[in-house]
Amino acid sequence: MPPTDPSRERPRPGPGTSRRQSPGSAGAATAAGAVPTVAENAPTATVESVGENPVEVSLRVNGSRVRMETDPRATLLDTLRDRLALTGTKKGCDRGQCGACTVQVDGRRVLSCLTLAAALDGARVTSIEGLADGDELHPVQQAFIDHDGFQCGFCTPGQIMSAVSLVEEGRTGSDEEIREHMSGNICRCSAYPFIVDAVRSVRGKVG
Amino acid sequence: MRPYDFTRPRSVGAALGDAHEGSAFLAGGTTLVDLMKLELMTPSRVVDINRLPLRGITVDRGGLHVGALERMSDVADHQDVRSRYPMISQALELSASPQIRNMASMGGNLLQRTRCGYFRDLTTACNKREPGSGCAALTGHSRMHAVLGTSDACVATHPSDVAVALVALDARVHLESLREKRTVALADFYRLPGHTPQVENELRAGELLTGLTVPPLPWASRSAYLKIRDRRSYEFALASVAVALDLDLDRGTIRDARVAAGGVGTRPWRLEAVERALVGRPAALATYEAAAAPAGEDARTLPHNMFKPALLRRTLVRALVALGGRS
Ligand SMILES: Cc1cc2nc3c(=O)[nH]c(=O)nc-3n(C[C@H](O)[C@H](O)[C@H](O)COP(=O)(O)OP(=O)(O)OC[C@H]3O[C@@H](n4cnc5c(N)ncnc54)[C@H](O)[C@@H]3O)c2cc1C
Ligand code: FES
Ligand code: FES
Repeated sequence: MPPTDPSRERPRPGPGTSRRQSPGSAGAATAAGAVPTVAENAPTATVESVGENPVEVSLRVNGSRVRMETDPRATLLDTLRDRLALTGTKKGCDRGQCGACTVQVDGRRVLSCLTLAAALDGARVTSIEGLADGDELHPVQQAFIDHDGFQCGFCTPGQIMSAVSLVEEGRTGSDEEIREHMSGNICRCSAYPFIVDAVRSVRGKVG
Repeated sequence: MRPYDFTRPRSVGAALGDAHEGSAFLAGGTTLVDLMKLELMTPSRVVDINRLPLRGITVDRGGLHVGALERMSDVADHQDVRSRYPMISQALELSASPQIRNMASMGGNLLQRTRCGYFRDLTTACNKREPGSGCAALTGHSRMHAVLGTSDACVATHPSDVAVALVALDARVHLESLREKRTVALADFYRLPGHTPQVENELRAGELLTGLTVPPLPWASRSAYLKIRDRRSYEFALASVAVALDLDLDRGTIRDARVAAGGVGTRPWRLEAVERALVGRPAALATYEAAAAPAGEDARTLPHNMFKPALLRRTLVRALVALGGRS
């Protein structure tokens, strides 16, 4: 995770300024808008605007505490990508139709593109960045590599988040069950057979 | 998205107090957030109801009670729902995707908006979205559109799967406003489009759907939901049926039946004539075929959905065979 910059000034929300900021542009990555993050090593954020009706939320993202003011319109997906510089979660359709944006909230897989950040006060979010233990990949991540579970890789973070949940949910009884319970994740490259191989291979190893 | 303010009430009273003419309640957000992004819904206030105590899945002498905020996946997975009302579990599991079912609430499901592509496309005519502007589906792509309960103003399909099972089971929804609490049969809750397709149901501005009740029906343990779609999964129905059969196993006859259809109607469609044609008859293929024959007779088809009445009848027969056996 990028370094913290607690000295960063609290930005002033105001109309006409953009809520979005490209993660690289400030050198340090961004998180908490109004209130700097509390946890050590948690990313901090500069935000030019949180809109006209900012809402304060406090949540955990991949184990780090994040307190921020958010525009009530901001989705969890945009918040992760644009404010917390966690760009592993992908925006496919932004309409709930592809699963590329899948993350876990309070241990359940959900679509971050249809989740409002403002509704997440007190929630625990796990994105693809939160799976590995240091340099050690999560078994499901390793399985996707071992089984060639992707081509272009765009859908992969969502596929892996779904696969982790599916294993935790115990829905890996048969290939048919794996396919059905992975069906919320579309792969344009059609890597489906290898994705099923990857999921089957970790059955019983995690969860 | 248009700007709105956001409230997070902790009680039903506070939520009702926060609501006003231009506000929207937020449950799972899988319809609301989508439609706010399309600027098809433009509330000036969003009232997040997820902290309200509208929870619980319980079975007692009055039947099955489900709080409006219970998530689709939790209801589908519930042991009593699975054993007593399998068609509810199946309708839910065949809906959307696992991620969406984890997010989406039962109340939101019943209140979801049509998936008609013209309704969702602000550049086209749609009487539901913009009364008086016309209906682009009448001359456009109509494969997914309704053939039952349509009007010259609107042919949009009601998209919910579980509502079909609930209508077959005579479910009731509980509504609450600052003024009163009331209970409405789900079948009467949904309106036909007529000349006012923008009015979809009986819910009043600022009114909360607090929960639903499914009356007891012991023989609903023999029930099923069959959904036919263009993709194997993660897709809305072209046609679907919810069927429950009360079988007299000694005589091999049907004592009672519940039948409703989805994907074909402007609202979940109870098929009472099919039910009547099943009752008292042998549980056999000939009975199912005869009972299904009149289903969709009164359908009004469009160029791309002429297949739907026949698909509905075949779906019915297949579900009846699966539940009641061939002979
Ligand atoms: C890609 C995709 C595929 C889908 N496929 C299917 C499918 O196959 N079958 C199916 O049945 N559904 C399907 N859905 C629809 C999905 O089931 C609904 O979006 C969901 O059930 C809505 O519930 P929610 O809690 O997310 O509602 P929200 O989006 O939070 O709310 C929906 C509407 O109801 C209002 N509302 C919510 N709760 C209450 C309440 N308690 N009282 C009063 N008003 C309330 C909101 O203001 C809003 O207008 C699909 C959705 C998507 C995005
Ligand atoms: S980006 Fe969320 S489902 Fe496609
Ligand atoms: S690997 Fe390319 S979209 Fe799935």
